[in-house]
Amino acid sequence: MPFSLVDFLQALTAGILVGSTYALMCIGLGIIFGAMRVINFAQGDFLMLGMYAAFYLATAGGLSAFLGPSGGPIVAAFLAGPIVFALGWMIHRFIVSRVTGAGAAQTEGAGAYGQILTTLGISLILQNGGLIVFGSAPTGIRTPLSRSSWEIGDILLNQGRSVSFLVAVGLAVAVYLFLGHTRQGKALRAAADNSQAALYMGIDVDKAHRVAWSLGVGITAVAGGLVAGSQSFQPYTGFDFVIVMYAGVVLGGLGSILGAFWGGLVIGIVQQMSTLILPYQLQNTAIFVVFLLIIFLRPQGMFGRLSERT
Amino acid sequence: MSPTVKRQLWAILGLAVAVLALMAFLQSDYFELVLTQVLLWAMMSVAWNILCGYSGYFSFGHAAFWGLGAYTVALGLIHLDLSPWLTIPASAVVGGLAGALIGFPTFRLRGHYFALAMLAYPLASLYVFQWLGYQEIPLPMKREAPILYMQFADQRAYVALALGLLVITLLISLSVENSRFGMSLFAIKQNEPAAEAAGIDTWRWKMLALMLSGALAAMAGGLYAVVLLVVTPEAVFGMLVSAQALILALFGGVGSLWGPVIGATVLVPLAEGLNAKLGDVLPGIQGVVYGIAIIAIILLAPEGVYWRIRDRLAGLLPELAPMPTPGATIPAVPRAAPSPTAGKDLLVLRNVGISFGGLRALDGVDLSVPEGGLYGIIGPNGAGKTTLFNVINGFLSPERGNITFVNESLVGLRPNQVCRKGIGRTFQVVRAFTRMTVLENVTVGAFVGAADAAAARHMAATALDRVGLGARANALAGGLTNRELRLMELARALAPQPRLVLLDETLAGLGHDDLDGILGAIRQVRAEGVTVLIIEHTMQAMVQLVDHFDVLDHGRLIASGTPETVVRNSEVIEAYLGKKWAEQVAVAVK
Repeated sequence: MPFSLVDFLQALTAGILVGSTYALMCIGLGIIFGAMRVINFAQGDFLMLGMYAAFYLATAGGLSAFLGPSGGPIVAAFLAGPIVFALGWMIHRFIVSRVTGAGAAQTEGAGAYGQILTTLGISLILQNGGLIVFGSAPTGIRTPLSRSSWEIGDILLNQGRSVSFLVAVGLAVAVYLFLGHTRQGKALRAAADNSQAALYMGIDVDKAHRVAWSLGVGITAVAGGLVAGSQSFQPYTGFDFVIVMYAGVVLGGLGSILGAFWGGLVIGIVQQMSTLILPYQLQNTAIFVVFLLIIFLRPQGMFGRLSERT
Repeated sequence: MSPTVKRQLWAILGLAVAVLALMAFLQSDYFELVLTQVLLWAMMSVAWNILCGYSGYFSFGHAAFWGLGAYTVALGLIHLDLSPWLTIPASAVVGGLAGALIGFPTFRLRGHYFALAMLAYPLASLYVFQWLGYQEIPLPMKREAPILYMQFADQRAYVALALGLLVITLLISLSVENSRFGMSLFAIKQNEPAAEAAGIDTWRWKMLALMLSGALAAMAGGLYAVVLLVVTPEAVFGMLVSAQALILALFGGVGSLWGPVIGATVLVPLAEGLNAKLGDVLPGIQGVVYGIAIIAIILLAPEGVYWRIRDRLAGLLPELAPMPTPGATIPAVPRAAPSPTAGKDLLVLRNVGISFGGLRALDGVDLSVPEGGLYGIIGPNGAGKTTLFNVINGFLSPERGNITFVNESLVGLRPNQVCRKGIGRTFQVVRAFTRMTVLENVTVGAFVGAADAAAARHMAATALDRVGLGARANALAGGLTNRELRLMELARALAPQPRLVLLDETLAGLGHDDLDGILGAIRQVRAEGVTVLIIEHTMQAMVQLVDHFDVLDHGRLIASGTPETVVRNSEVIEAYLGKKWAEQVAVAVK
């Protein structure tokens, strides 16, 4: 074996810690896909906005100064959620809702791709608008946690990532409870299951979609805020996570929130474990291979129904 | 050559002349560079359109081909001292091979998932090329033999080269559009199962389209590398490349020859100009412009500029030809003498069964249809009628039992192969190719049995006459009535001259008058010697039509015989009206 048991356990632990934030991102994407059946291309860019929101809250917003360099960034990551939530709400209200939901006619030409292309447009605007507003220089949130570790035997636990892990898992559980046990959450799931039927049952599907969209981008933004504490980023960073998120969500099974969580976690583990045998730069290529393998081995999971009604 | 094709050829010539004139007029290297980019991006977008516009399979990953082309040229020059004159054609081979490699796994997917999976290829390539250490490779200058290495002092040489490639691409795209290839792709876009059932080998055409599209995109990328003299993974494999290809086509009009060219002509100079003016202050302005363009086009004119203008013009012009209603032209054929026993068995099902999960959709079905017969299968909704057709024509593979057609087994064949054996079918939900004429719609079906496009057209015209729709041949399918649509679909199934046609609820939802027309057409078809198997859930019309009934309920055949005997069968009445009715009828009959 080209690596030792300690290396293996170290990579596994790192994978679980990193994977937890991926899992949170995947949940955000999964909520949107589950409720709206829309593939959101801009998800990575909302993640990037979450990073910058957390960055400015921690630095210019004074959270790091006020709450200390360890606690500040965590609170900042949390607060990035509502900010991006609000932005997502506006974007859905003025753009996305016009191509999705009950009122959207399927147009020829763009066809069913109207939605996906709209999100691609949003992605381009956010990415390049980000370049204009934030500049192209990579930046990061300084926190002492990311440079210190706890030792358990021979295994090192990065403190920043460990705290992110706790926060991510906690938030994921909260989202899961929200969807399962609140009225709004149930409305969301009903709209996801059959929007037409939900409409007839008196559920405001358009509003449910708006909540799902905003919640989805907000949750992903919190995950972005958490990641921002341990790696540098720039306006194009979001795109690196698009494949991570889609691989995770597809792995877990499209539309399943629980699946999205586990899928994200597995992708994190795959990514970290791949460094044992592959060069560092090819981490994301390993994810891509997993993505293709899913397509090969479980295509029925992706098609939904195998036979179409003729 | 059809007049449309001729007109398009003139238009391509016109484009070439216009670009050359513009080139003579432009006196600045910068504008010539922008012009070169317009031409290259137009080429890229036309290439994208060959796959995505015609077949409806959207790709978010055409940067993979563009990037491979660029790296083929750059690395060929650096490591092997190969001239771009060689490596640009070579990059077409690379692009085509990449298309085959990508298509093989990815065409297992459809719709959104295909689009999404395509995204992964350029991104993975990006990481691989970074890892290989090709972060930023400048093309070496070859001062000793610049022309041999495609390095011109005069920018206009690049304009001419790009124009040449674009013209070739447009000609290829035009010939695809007007051939069996393009027709097959259109059919796939409209309704892939219907295309497959009409005998189109969908897999093969999709793969060919992707390979052709990839080859052309790679050539564009190759010339791009020569023009810009430097290749970086982000610039050639990045998302903006894939996005640009599709945005230009979308803006101009997806699925049209000129859409991508229109898109490139408007958007590339706009984005380039803004970038040059404001790039220092607003570094991402190009991407923002494309983002706004894409959202604006989706919200305001989702069909694209080309189609919008064309539809506008079509609205202004008077109808091309008067279209008489052909109601009276269908000859009322007297009902042929029911003599099914005279024919040999054409289609035989033995103990056929299939389950979906726990549901037995078909359970031990035995059925024989003799040559020349007009057989009906009736049954309530959910009885398994359409499933039966799907099993016969290859959409589904039966789990048990055997199906033979002229003593050859059909089990395991794909729908297009079943169609080639001589079985045509129509669908419960008619899907017309709305932007194509009636004749073109039917021609798609005729390709199976035809040697070339002209023969297919001829067969299609014949089929239209057979069902009495000949007068509407040049009408757009989008404007047909329900009855005409049904007849058109019947003609599509008949066009390749099958021995057996499967008609799936052809009579559903028709009014009384329309019904008579269709019944006449079906009888006519049968009188010409084609065997007909039709499913319906309404009994009334069927009693007049068929000479033999089979009744399907919960996946089992519960009755079989002449219409007169079947309608009196108590089990049939029970299946339709419930037990209580069956008892009452039984009492009444006694």
